[in-house]
Amino acid sequence: MALAPSSPVPVMGTPSDDGRFGRFGGRFVPETLVPACQELETAFRRAWSDPAFRAEFEHLLRTYANRPSLLSECTRLSERLGLRLLLKREDLNHTGSHKINNVLGQALLAQRMGKTKLIAETGAGQHGVATATAAALLGLECVVYMGEVDMGRQSLNVFRMRLLGAEVRPALSGSRTLKDAVNEAMRAWVSDIADTHYLLGSVMGPHPYPWMVREFHRVIGDEARVQCRELTGGDPDVVVACVGGGSNAAGIFSGFAELPEVRLVGIEPAGGAAIGRGVPGVVHGMLSYLMQDEFGQVQEAESVSAGLDYPGVGPEHSHLADIGRAEYYPVNDDEVLDAFQLLARSEGIIAALESAHALAWVYRERATMAGQTVLMNLSGRGDKDVAQVQSILDGRQS
Amino acid sequence: MIDLEAHLRQRRAKGAKLFVPYVSGGLDAEWVDLLRAFADAGADAIEVGIPFSDPVMDGPTIQEASVRALERGTTPHSVVAELRGVADEIGVPLIVMTYYNIVFRAGHERFARELAAAGISGAIVPDLPLEEAGPWAEAADDAGIATVLLAAPTAPDLRLAHICQRARGFVYAVSLLGVTGERQSLASTAVGIAQRLKAVTDKPVIIGIGISTPEQAREACTVADGIVMASALMRLRLDGASVAEVAAAARRVREAIDG
Repeated sequence: MALAPSSPVPVMGTPSDDGRFGRFGGRFVPETLVPACQELETAFRRAWSDPAFRAEFEHLLRTYANRPSLLSECTRLSERLGLRLLLKREDLNHTGSHKINNVLGQALLAQRMGKTKLIAETGAGQHGVATATAAALLGLECVVYMGEVDMGRQSLNVFRMRLLGAEVRPALSGSRTLKDAVNEAMRAWVSDIADTHYLLGSVMGPHPYPWMVREFHRVIGDEARVQCRELTGGDPDVVVACVGGGSNAAGIFSGFAELPEVRLVGIEPAGGAAIGRGVPGVVHGMLSYLMQDEFGQVQEAESVSAGLDYPGVGPEHSHLADIGRAEYYPVNDDEVLDAFQLLARSEGIIAALESAHALAWVYRERATMAGQTVLMNLSGRGDKDVAQVQSILDGRQS
Repeated sequence: MIDLEAHLRQRRAKGAKLFVPYVSGGLDAEWVDLLRAFADAGADAIEVGIPFSDPVMDGPTIQEASVRALERGTTPHSVVAELRGVADEIGVPLIVMTYYNIVFRAGHERFARELAAAGISGAIVPDLPLEEAGPWAEAADDAGIATVLLAAPTAPDLRLAHICQRARGFVYAVSLLGVTGERQSLASTAVGIAQRLKAVTDKPVIIGIGISTPEQAREACTVADGIVMASALMRLRLDGASVAEVAAAARRVREAIDG
């Protein structure tokens, strides 16, 4: 497949000076945080164009995070679905998901900026564990904010973070889930800005986070494009990934965005479909699609996967949806649980519930993609979800 | 509506320090009575919160007040409707404080018009910094609503000057690195930020965030033109104090800064 002629504004390139992707993005933060965001943007621009920083980052990805991650061909499942399914195996990374890419990038950057402390939000705990890991590796202090409800649901991850030397603080406000953990982390950052870096876990938040986090995950798409060409001699017809905030999707999409014949598909949980059900709004520093009521109060997402339990979405996804470069569809919890079991039985892979969203869509739409090559980002492994799935499935039988 | 900046300048010219107490809009059935009581206690302006689901600039007290208001079914429209005519009645300008999504969802022009129609003088939108404030601030200007901007200790001098230039009504000096809420003592950054602002603007400079006692208010006013007090007063109300008791606490602040 020929490369597209380059367009004047490259898709998934650098955002505008005011941090916009089309009409989305921006920097809607309390005044206290503006200089910190500016400082971070400057530091990131310098680091990202500095070969020494890139080399250090790539070295850590290779020697610590276990990159490049594999591209696996699903022989049995492909036959059953009537298409060629390839999995980008981010589940095989250290700490079990794609999250480690961004975390290592930001932690290195924080160290370079002279920050001694990391704060982070977490939903299911994957980003919190990854951040605690990077903090331990680089000798930084770490505080993770986690909704009190999520701390109960994911107590093993709470223990993991503590084992790694991080402090886990409960977010006690609102729905006491991911959205509130972000609020709490932002409040903490306002209060402790001088020596602290806020290590945001997705392609969301104020500029430069959506852009910076996508760049740290670009490696997923860059590797996958090369691996796919080696394996199949060409590019995939469809690239699909789950979308909560949207970091794993942004990472894999960025490797294919300039290839117009490759469909990019993001899958949202039906209970947290910001693009599907939301309208433009501003929360957590960004203008993006947002689930909200008629007055602008943010609604609470509800999904079987805590990692996608988020009423907003990264602003670049809103832009990709607006310009029609990527498509976004919802799947419901039942479809996700079926896909979770399907992958386990047919390929011997227990996926994270988040990642199972992408497979649920592939399964549902298989007839429309007959004979095509579908590249799916398997963003994380499902160990953390096994107990939850067990209790749901046991509940169904009784 | 009352011209916020002219009103505050006039009070300042008479030698008064400016006292701006805060009420969470829709907090309970008597919240508008609290405005009247604050006016009687000597408020120069009153800040009224329109509750938002995700108030990132607010600490536990205002969060609790916001939740309580939202649970009563409070909406931006209900707050503005209940404020209609109140400023004229009490002779004190009103400033709403809310987060940008409330403004954005309503639409800049429509929101500004609604505030103006209710006789409200100004608006504070704490998650709308200078660079993003343009479209709202222009709509507010057109409707005669003063856009009060926050200025924080983290800003370099040049940025403070730009903020003061765009601010209308007064400049809200953020006393400390942190969110709203009661504090044991006045932050060491409070007087510093007020001094830096006074050096670049003759607009009224009013310190807020964390001012919790009459003594702290007096100390802040040694440099600033006035203070905002929010959490300390709302804490009393949340803990069951009557309107008269909260107003009495406000009066003690008034007396302290007049002292």
